[in-house]
Amino acid sequence: MSLLAALSTEVPLLLAAATEEGGHAELGDGGGLAAAAWLIPLVPMVAAFVIALFGKHFPYRGWDIATAVMGFEAVYGTFLLIAHLARPIAYEGAIEIARIGSFPIEWGWVVDGLSIMMYFVVGVVGFFVFLYAKGYMEGDIRYTWFFASFTLFAGGMLVLVSAPNLIQLIVGWELVGVASWLLIGHYWEDHANSSAAIKAFLTNKVADVGLFIGAIILALSVGSFRFSDILHAVEEGVPALAQFAFWAGLAVFIGAMGKSGQFPLHVWLPDAMAGPTPVSALMHAATMVTAGIYLVARLFPLYLTEGFADEVRSVIIIIGALTLFLTGLIALVQDDIKRVLAYSTLSQLGYMMAALGAGAYTAALFHLFTHAFFKALLFLGAGSVIHAVHSNNMSDMGGLRKYMPWTFRTFVIGALALAGIAPLAGFFSKDEILASFRYAGSAESGFSAAQGGAGLANIVLVLGIAAAFVTAFYMARAVFLTFFGEYKGHGHPHESPAVMWIPLVGLAVGSAFAGFLNVPGVTEFFTELVGGRAVPVLDHHAESFDVVVVVLGLAAALLGIFFGYRIWYPDKATQAERDRFHVRGLYPLLENKYYIDDLYFDGIIRPIRGPVAAGVNWFNGHVIDFVVNGAGFLARGLGKLVYAFDQNAVDGAINASGAFTGGWGELLRKVQTGRVQQYATMIVAGTVLLVAGIVIAGII
Amino acid sequence: MFDNGLALSLVVILPLIGAGVVMAVPKANESAQKMTALVFTAAAFVLSVVLAIQFDYGDASAFQFGTDLDWIGAINSRYHIGLDGISLPLLVLSTFVTLLSVIYSWEHWPEPHNPKAFIILMLVLATGMNGTFVALDLILFFVFFEVVLLPMYFMIGIWGDRAETEIPVFKRVTEMRLYAAIKFFLFTLFGSAFMLLGFLGLYFRSGDAGGIRTFDMLALSELGRAGVFAGSFGMWVFAALFLGFAVKVPMFPFHTWLPDAHTAAPTVGSVLLAAILLKLGTYAFVRISLPILPEAAQRWAPTIGILAVIGIIYASLACLAQTDMKRLIAFSSVGHMGFVMLGIATLTDIGINAAIIGMVAHGVITGLLFFLAGSMSHRYHTREMARLGGNQQLMPIMGAILGFTAMASLGLPGLAGFWGEFMALLASFNPLEGLSTGLFRTLMVLGAVGTVLAAGYLLWMLQRVNFGEPKAEWEGHHFHDVDGYEMAAWAPMILAIIAIGVFPRLVFGSTNDAVVALVNAAFGG
Repeated sequence: MSLLAALSTEVPLLLAAATEEGGHAELGDGGGLAAAAWLIPLVPMVAAFVIALFGKHFPYRGWDIATAVMGFEAVYGTFLLIAHLARPIAYEGAIEIARIGSFPIEWGWVVDGLSIMMYFVVGVVGFFVFLYAKGYMEGDIRYTWFFASFTLFAGGMLVLVSAPNLIQLIVGWELVGVASWLLIGHYWEDHANSSAAIKAFLTNKVADVGLFIGAIILALSVGSFRFSDILHAVEEGVPALAQFAFWAGLAVFIGAMGKSGQFPLHVWLPDAMAGPTPVSALMHAATMVTAGIYLVARLFPLYLTEGFADEVRSVIIIIGALTLFLTGLIALVQDDIKRVLAYSTLSQLGYMMAALGAGAYTAALFHLFTHAFFKALLFLGAGSVIHAVHSNNMSDMGGLRKYMPWTFRTFVIGALALAGIAPLAGFFSKDEILASFRYAGSAESGFSAAQGGAGLANIVLVLGIAAAFVTAFYMARAVFLTFFGEYKGHGHPHESPAVMWIPLVGLAVGSAFAGFLNVPGVTEFFTELVGGRAVPVLDHHAESFDVVVVVLGLAAALLGIFFGYRIWYPDKATQAERDRFHVRGLYPLLENKYYIDDLYFDGIIRPIRGPVAAGVNWFNGHVIDFVVNGAGFLARGLGKLVYAFDQNAVDGAINASGAFTGGWGELLRKVQTGRVQQYATMIVAGTVLLVAGIVIAGII
Repeated sequence: MFDNGLALSLVVILPLIGAGVVMAVPKANESAQKMTALVFTAAAFVLSVVLAIQFDYGDASAFQFGTDLDWIGAINSRYHIGLDGISLPLLVLSTFVTLLSVIYSWEHWPEPHNPKAFIILMLVLATGMNGTFVALDLILFFVFFEVVLLPMYFMIGIWGDRAETEIPVFKRVTEMRLYAAIKFFLFTLFGSAFMLLGFLGLYFRSGDAGGIRTFDMLALSELGRAGVFAGSFGMWVFAALFLGFAVKVPMFPFHTWLPDAHTAAPTVGSVLLAAILLKLGTYAFVRISLPILPEAAQRWAPTIGILAVIGIIYASLACLAQTDMKRLIAFSSVGHMGFVMLGIATLTDIGINAAIIGMVAHGVITGLLFFLAGSMSHRYHTREMARLGGNQQLMPIMGAILGFTAMASLGLPGLAGFWGEFMALLASFNPLEGLSTGLFRTLMVLGAVGTVLAAGYLLWMLQRVNFGEPKAEWEGHHFHDVDGYEMAAWAPMILAIIAIGVFPRLVFGSTNDAVVALVNAAFGG
């Protein structure tokens, strides 16, 4: 077998689920559209390198390529979405890039409902954000480099989403991580920014230990890295997998916790605000934080099937519930408008994760979908405001509705959608999640006693409704402090240029209407979309609204807005007066983020970087090397002793052969004090002799 | 030419011939010396690539291009060489990095200058390294293994760092280069002595089985499989070989020569040391210890695994304490080689494949890191990270390459370093049957934690070196960013890091069949 043959990669599987034995007859292979979908991850990855190396020479210095790429993704995603709704697609392609033992390692692309939904979201939201970034980043010191990293960021996410196996998912996963590190630390002249970037990277890396271990366990117990093989093994109830499924599921979930900012690994996300605002918009909406949700959803049958990782779901719902409730409260005390949004993202991610824990695959993904639109909208709106007033702090804002009409209108739509006011997108998706909690607490659900049972689900439902109130409350605060009352900043605020507010309008349309894709009992486009997979996900679909949940959820949201209005609408002279949210004990707790960041820094990072590392280094020099150096000195001392003996006792003999030693000594001295050349010459001469011996011996 | 061992011998011998030619060139004529070195190392590299092209990958477990000639008849030591799927990538790595070192050296001569001597040493070193990877006779192996020592000793001792250092506890002050060179030399020699004893033990025992005594690795492997070296004899021989190889790797706790040697060595010395010399030890485990002493290997594997993982964690923690950039990179080598040894300790096909790709990746990545550290300290005249902040502003291209290489070093998926680490962890979940899964799974988790620490020290290194504002002391200085020779030496390494990361078959395509055959022969059915 020649080199070329050894390197060439046949395309071992281009399997469409429809042709698979036991597949689902209604699924199609998507034709050429799906077969060419490898372009989706590849184009942005190549583009990122092109921009980094040659972007400066393009008319718009890299922005043009980057935005064209995202436009391509948006269009491709839309086509796939339409094709999928016409006939569900489940397609998987791969090329083998290595074989280890009998393990194939592959790059590939998967086109099914779940990935199509993500392609669409990343493409469409990404396109708007990239468009907007032209205006926002104008004049930036590293304009071209920014778009190179930004394209890598989106590209990494698409590598992740298109992955048909765990290896590629890990590759995309870490590419997203490294791109986020570049982007968060974009203004690395400032130490705080590079520290925030490192915090994001390391927190995710800690979680990745879980992902790595989970992936290893899954791959070894199934004998394949492919999701399709793993999920088929679940379907068939392979005992080798069932044996370790709980631990694998838990480990994978820990990985998901990092990327998706779940409590207590959420600490990196608020600090990630150090990056430029378009980065926050993409990171919080379509890319990165959705990765964890996506991963759990991708492996969902593993978590749903009894006897596998189903018991992990109680962990997931608890973590999700803690996240949605605890992080939302912190948003109430933030002055930085981006931080308010950051904590709200954490809280919404908590909803999604808790929904997955409750077994509501569709509801979780639906919230991911709608949230992508209104969170991107809110961040871009915040960016537009920051752009105008040159401050992140709401205490420097106020009254901006008069100066920035488009930003104001779209921001309010986003805020209402996030608060869950009907009929905006967030209402439908949040309602579905709350309904799924209620369903999980009911007798007919599969969320049995093993997972904590009805009691747990009902507690989560209460927390979810309470957090809905909190969400509306802090969003009302943000809107009133920013856009109402008197302007408190310096300079003259102005509406942002069209290249910035047009994307706002585009995203506002999505935020307003995306919810209609899945109205219980009326439309089920979205259910069909994400349900179209080779291995079906058998979650519960409500046939109609759960009236109790609708009423409670809406009432909580309206109440939140009402209280927000009462407290923050009246314009007060100082921020402290306006911001009178002082509950004894609670306020410092929230302001210090429950002291978790301090705990990590003072309790883990500092000791390891400080005394522990120094201790190891000391041990290296003073203990191990003590033995080494000690042996050396001991040997030298012994040598001296022997020499002394030699000089005194054997003196006569030495003297007798004085002439002889003198001659040799002279020669040795010459050699030793001679120039380097001589040493080198001697080495070569010695080696040549040796080799000559070999050769001669060989010839003879 | 390929069938009679001539081509393979040439790859080994060409650098040495080059050294001979350089010797004949007058000292003043530096460009002729450099050109000679370039021609001979390039020829060796091209020839090794030709071998890689001619190699029959369908039969990767067989030794190809080799020969087996009488050499030292009295002890039945033979000139037996050959190339299989395991040694092929390492041989190419060796010729590749040597060539790039020559290119880099073109305009970067460490003090006290004297390129002629430096080139000669470099070329002799290359012969030793290449020879080690193709030798199939223990004595021949030993000779090549030791040939490497002296040139490196002189490189460190003469061109090394002249700063003074105090030896802890003993309070002696000495020049860095002298201390490091002697430590390197004696430490390695200490290991080698045991290694030679082990070889002799095998030799004498090999006669007991009824045949004639032999140093031939393949013949010894046959005997090993037949159980001739079983029992406590094998355990002792394995221990002796272990000492020799573990010092070279280096494994905790035999690693302390490495940070000193690397810190003191001139740039090219560090590069060759990290990229190739360390691999001689790990390669020897795969080539000699496992096939010849399979039973002892299984009993020693848990110890090796534990030491490997201690090395990973220990080195990462030590890295966090470093203030000297080069010393940090040196310590990181100990951690990375820990992953290689962990892969070997699992005694599985996945683990050993992981080890070999780990060796290749570490060779390219850490080699490049040492190039960068060298070029930066050449410009700043310091390696103290506290003084280097803001490098990204002063030298944007250098900073970008450093950032890229650090990412590769922390095992970023998609780049070369990932495969070795991840696959070593993968292998640890299911080690060879008979080894404790509980132990190795614990090692897997600890190793995975090590990757977090590795990310930590590399990111903090980047923060201290690249980011922030430049220190006031550099105000008014103009720094020359990456020059043409540096780019010519580094660009191939960058491409290799990406290529192996994206398409690991470049290495696995060669190693896999050979590794599977090795594991099956030694430990399977």
